[in-house]
Amino acid sequence: MSHFLEFEKPLAELAGKVEELRRTTDAGGIDVAEEVGRLQDKAQKLLAATYAKLTPWQKAQVARHPERPKALDYVAHLIQGFTPLAGDRAFADDAAVIGGIGRFRGRAVAVLGTEKGHDTETRVKHNFGMAKPEGYRKARRIMELAGRFGLPILSFVDTSGAFPGIEAEARGQAEAIARSIEAGLEAPVPFVATIIGEGGSGGAIALAAADRVLMLEHAIYSVISPEGCASILWRDAAQASTAAEALRLTADDLKKLNLVDTVVPEPMGGAHRAREAAMDAVGNAVAAALEPLLALDGASLRIRRREKFLDMGRTATL
Amino acid sequence: MNWISEWALPKIKTLFGATREVPENLWHKCSNCEQMVFHRDLERNLRVCPHCGHHERMGARQRLECTLDEGWQKIELPKVPADPLKFRDQRRYSDRLRDAQSKSGLDDAVVVGHGTIDGQPAVVAAFEFFFLGGSMGAGVGEALVAAARLAVLQDAPLIVFTASGGARMQEGAVSLMQMPRTVIATQMVKEAGLPFIVVMCDPTTGGVTASFAMLGDIHIAEPGAMIGFAGARVIEQTVREKLPEGFQRAEYLLAHGILDMVVKRGDMKATLAQVISLLRVPEVPVFPALAAPSAASESSAA
Ligand SMILES: [Zn+2]
Ligand SMILES: [Zn+2]
Repeated sequence: MSHFLEFEKPLAELAGKVEELRRTTDAGGIDVAEEVGRLQDKAQKLLAATYAKLTPWQKAQVARHPERPKALDYVAHLIQGFTPLAGDRAFADDAAVIGGIGRFRGRAVAVLGTEKGHDTETRVKHNFGMAKPEGYRKARRIMELAGRFGLPILSFVDTSGAFPGIEAEARGQAEAIARSIEAGLEAPVPFVATIIGEGGSGGAIALAAADRVLMLEHAIYSVISPEGCASILWRDAAQASTAAEALRLTADDLKKLNLVDTVVPEPMGGAHRAREAAMDAVGNAVAAALEPLLALDGASLRIRRREKFLDMGRTATL
Repeated sequence: MNWISEWALPKIKTLFGATREVPENLWHKCSNCEQMVFHRDLERNLRVCPHCGHHERMGARQRLECTLDEGWQKIELPKVPADPLKFRDQRRYSDRLRDAQSKSGLDDAVVVGHGTIDGQPAVVAAFEFFFLGGSMGAGVGEALVAAARLAVLQDAPLIVFTASGGARMQEGAVSLMQMPRTVIATQMVKEAGLPFIVVMCDPTTGGVTASFAMLGDIHIAEPGAMIGFAGARVIEQTVREKLPEGFQRAEYLLAHGILDMVVKRGDMKATLAQVISLLRVPEVPVFPALAAPSAASESSAA
């Protein structure tokens, strides 16, 4: 943990003090172990208190935390023998969408994800997780492959949205997203999607028209970014915090609205503070969601998935 | 708010039966060529400018009126929870919604009707852009699902005229879920072996384009209609490039392989009738004169 968020300033200050005291000790000064212990206790309590009542806007920042595990981290941690697949067979390979086949706890699966990257180089390589039509077409291709070979589909969604670009529009961004949603709905195999960070609009639902949709405790899932919503409805991007509140984009709210099935609790202080533990928790939640789906045949899966989405919004209200 | 005073109000009056005639002396200034045209003439010309051919936006009822044969019927749409998030920006969404409802006389931004097109049964759904920008929330999603169900029940093709700014932000993730929901609507129609035809009108963007609208068996657009996923301003800000001439217009999409055809409003009904007939009627009686036009017509023309 090196990167503190704006609202974590008091935590950063305590961490700084602890560090300073330790240096004093190391330099042969007086023993301050007791004082360090006291401060660390205080820091833990503050962390727990802060994360117990994050505002939606704070959650948006946690969801976008640079050290939060990304799609490829989940793949590396949860999938054995991952064999990446590439390309849409028409135009290009889009690194914003990662996909392939591998084993999840022994079972052969197809894996999809939107990958944001974790440093400047990888962020540029993966286009910050903003896919172009070829990315969604690759996703569709892999979903169809999964269907043909009876592989359950696991997706890890983390994107601010589809890439808004001239070429993307010219190559049919909208059609590519629509077809990817369609492929998800039609897949004759179990499909478990997990919103691990940011679930940004059409670019997210393209990989999440699934039987079970899981969402991490501090992830967000929304039709538009808080900043985008603020600049349109409040005519002021600085109102993002207010917009985040109004959009009801937190895991708890989406669960209440019945738009996601399971909220996966994060380690105290967020997934970025205990990456392994967070990824293990997701693995367990995915396994639990997948298990009952494995008993169903393709036709039943499709019917149930369809009914689930058709039921959404008919009764949902906070 | 020109369209409210000039067009929407008289139209609403006719909806409520207060007065049927649009003031004859009202002129309309074409938003493209800026020439003046009598309102009455504009309406008679299906809201297409007689000077430059510019297609002005058209309301949902008028759309059904000029697409379906006389005697068509509007269907009652299922109710959905209004304002699922209790959303409020500078105004309450529930107030905006109520305003839009009372101004338009509609429950939401889609009107669904059934009847015939040149004698062939059809279900037609039309977006009302003047209702909160034709944005898609649960009400719109439910309307499209209902239209699909009706098409299947009646063994009729489904035609959707789109005009929408995209998802209805005030319904948050509920509006996002209308993307898969409307995709399911297209699947129901297609699985029943029925044609699903989309007519994209100005504008068709965002979540509407990226769901059911791009899944038609046939994609038609009106001339000059703005069609795309991302907004032009967002794209400009992202790529910091000037957008190409005609970017995201119907003709641009046609050139990029996304549409089957761009059809003028005046030819729309005949085009739809022809497409439906070709997809639905495997064989029609052939009159001898039409079957062998060569000998007679060619020699007389020579
Ligand atoms: Zn006018
Ligand atoms: Zn004109």
